[in-house]
Amino acid sequence: MTALRVERADVVVVGGGGAGLSAALAVAEAAAREDRRVPVVALVSKVYPMRSHTVAAEGGAAGVVGDDDSLEQHVADTLAGGAGLCEDDAVRFVVERAAGELYRLERWGLPWSRTDDGDVAVRRFGGMSRARTWFAADKTGFHLLHTLFQTSLRYSGVDGPVRRYDEHHVLDLVVDDAGGPDARVRGVVVHDQHRGEPLLIEAPAVVLATGGSARAWGTSTNAGICTGDGTAMALRAGVPLRDMEFLQFHPTGLPGSGILLTEAARGEGGVLLDADGRRYLADYGLGPETPVGAPVPRTMELGPRDRLSQAFWHADRDGRTIPTPDGGVVLLDLRHLGKERLAERLPLVTGLAKQFAGVDPATEPVPVRPTAHYTMGGIRTDARGATGVAGLFAAGECASTGLHGANRLGSNSLVETLVVGRAAGEAALAWSRAAGHPGADGGAAGAGAGVGPASADGEVVDRAAEIADRYLAMRGRGTEPPAAIRAELGRVLDADAGIYRDADGLRRALATVEDLRARYADVRVADTNPVLNTDWATTVELGATLLVAHATVAAALAREESRGAHQRLDFPDVDDVPRHSEVRLDAGGTIEVAHVPVGAEHDMRVGKRPITTPMSFSAERGAGS
Amino acid sequence: MSEADLPVEARTVRLEVARTSADGADAGRRDVFDVPYDDRTSVLDALQWVKDHADPTLTFRWSCKMAVCGSCGVMVNGRPVLGCETFVRGYRTSGLVVEPLAHAEVLRDLVVDTDTFLGKLAAVQPWLVPAGATRLPLVDAPAEDPAPDRGEDALRAHGPSSGSLQTPGELAAFKGFAECIDCMLCYAACPQLDPAPDFLGPAVVATARRWDEDSRDAGELDRADVLDTEFGAWPCIQVGACTQVCPKGVDPARALRDAQRVATETWEARSRRG
Repeated sequence: MTALRVERADVVVVGGGGAGLSAALAVAEAAAREDRRVPVVALVSKVYPMRSHTVAAEGGAAGVVGDDDSLEQHVADTLAGGAGLCEDDAVRFVVERAAGELYRLERWGLPWSRTDDGDVAVRRFGGMSRARTWFAADKTGFHLLHTLFQTSLRYSGVDGPVRRYDEHHVLDLVVDDAGGPDARVRGVVVHDQHRGEPLLIEAPAVVLATGGSARAWGTSTNAGICTGDGTAMALRAGVPLRDMEFLQFHPTGLPGSGILLTEAARGEGGVLLDADGRRYLADYGLGPETPVGAPVPRTMELGPRDRLSQAFWHADRDGRTIPTPDGGVVLLDLRHLGKERLAERLPLVTGLAKQFAGVDPATEPVPVRPTAHYTMGGIRTDARGATGVAGLFAAGECASTGLHGANRLGSNSLVETLVVGRAAGEAALAWSRAAGHPGADGGAAGAGAGVGPASADGEVVDRAAEIADRYLAMRGRGTEPPAAIRAELGRVLDADAGIYRDADGLRRALATVEDLRARYADVRVADTNPVLNTDWATTVELGATLLVAHATVAAALAREESRGAHQRLDFPDVDDVPRHSEVRLDAGGTIEVAHVPVGAEHDMRVGKRPITTPMSFSAERGAGS
Repeated sequence: MSEADLPVEARTVRLEVARTSADGADAGRRDVFDVPYDDRTSVLDALQWVKDHADPTLTFRWSCKMAVCGSCGVMVNGRPVLGCETFVRGYRTSGLVVEPLAHAEVLRDLVVDTDTFLGKLAAVQPWLVPAGATRLPLVDAPAEDPAPDRGEDALRAHGPSSGSLQTPGELAAFKGFAECIDCMLCYAACPQLDPAPDFLGPAVVATARRWDEDSRDAGELDRADVLDTEFGAWPCIQVGACTQVCPKGVDPARALRDAQRVATETWEARSRRG
């Protein structure tokens, strides 16, 4: 077996985006408040933290401020958007802490856009009944991520609590009794891409903050790194994936590239036009038509995203879109906003349209079409990010806290990364201390606690080495080109797991994904070099993406109703009782889908088992019978 | 037959890529590929085509493909650019020579060392130092208690309930410097990194100025200890190449000019005070 470097931390955070940095900062702050040995939080990212996909979020972050708004109203809007699948406690938890986290970032220096009086400005957003979306022009995610990252540098010195592992690829979790009643996380197996060697970071608590997986679709707003790594790890560790069939399509992406043009473009007054220059949304239930330049919450262009994407689908079928090699497009018209307003509020959108579509929004409408965008389901957690596996937490897009339900409202997710990221970080530290970890009590390595020769359980090290060996052995083997598998997966998801689905298409997609997984077993990794082997790393990612896609398609086939972002042509009605889907891997590696009532099992404390309805579903046995 | 007469799918462009193995053994090697392209093919797309269809070992960084994550900086025909927003169509006659960013250690092929840059960034304390802080508090003062308990079901706000005021003008004073995506193109363009590799450099000084100019921040003297040194702001000779290549419109040359002016003024003020 490969010799395995072993390091130790009190908490491992996997992912350096909004949720991961929030979790790491929460641990660092907890340390500063207490007169104890400084805990070590290992922040592991397969890129550098400031490259994380949070950087691409544009529109804003929701938090209630001002006298004309209320927490109750934010909760009500979120529940309405979520179409019965929100978990009430998670919605309340996030909404109550949203503005506080945004003010905290203000104090850390985030350059929020301002009113003339110097207060933080808020804008309107789709599905929100009040203007409560905080923004930094149209680069909110960028500024949020860089503010968090630069603030984290305060804690990243030699003796600081935050130890960064940049460009370290997490291969898998080490879990005792995976899938069993005593499941407990022991650490993560990581590949150091620079040194070209594996290591075990041993810790009693792990926070997965690995982002979404919508990169699986061929046309997607997602960065190349959004491959579902943590989601797949949790599933393999026995944590169910909840509501994976709810994949949000963003109504305004650039055709072909899928580059996001933020909802804020419509919040600022942009309108959508069909091939004849008509505002088609009124004809698909989103009216009454509002005056151009005077957007009305929850109406027309400010309707929820799922409804806008669905309206596009109908308009396309009705022959009202403009044909292009990338499929039909409609037009996002921003001309009436004027050059100055565009420069002040939408500089990124303006630049993206010019650079990537060759269109100046000040003078021409921009061609757009829906694109895969956000993974609303994910690793099942409670409101504070705890999973059913002891010591394992998840936060951000990879988690299903129950905030988003069947359809996420724009600007709720950035706030979720902050609130749940912090909560998960605090809970992970508390767990680590309660576990009596030698690293946490200074017993292991004295002043350098957290690094150096570990006294980790030899059995854990052996299991970690086995995991590392299994992945390392992929190099130099196989015959199936990963690029072909990736392209075929994107094609079939675009075609058969899009805005509207039906059993025939989903069965095709399921068969294709199963076939691709079989081909992946013999995937070709030509590059054998240990250092910065991106051929291998992206192929490892592809394995995760395939597993998550499999779970998603199986869940979509099993949900025989239309709700929120999941619309079945063959089952157009909404079930009377809202149920979550939960995907598990059984002992033989088969994907199983079950349905559980909303609210029935949201407490993830160890030992609590889910209450499943008799309606169980196996992908191998066919659809929902 | 000229290139323009060919069917779109048959058009190819000559792509020459600098290769360096992880152990540095074959430094100086160049590989050439004929890459199919259309009007929308970016340099990054071309590199990805090579990886998918010709040589899976070609190593480069990328992620967002929309010019905001800062991963995919490379030299194209000697000029530092983001690969994702640079289109091959502009090089159909000249062909492309793609190399790793200059003034950084090459780790493998087009991947350069980022850690040195991040070390310089951390050195200027790029975080908000509140006014009146003699020593930076590690945590916010405890927030006021939430509103009185209105019973189990009432929603209550948690966390800080206010922030600082800042006018749009005060925001505009530093916002331009806050647009830096840490892509390191300005380092590749800066001629002073040849004679002075320890120079803090354009992006880091721009970020220091971003915080110095922020009306909420009072960390200027702490940062001056770093900026007003031999390898702080002073190696800059105002060539302006950094500002020219910045893909985000940041003006690091101005930041360096400002930093040098402030350092002079601070030195004068200090010496007058004796």
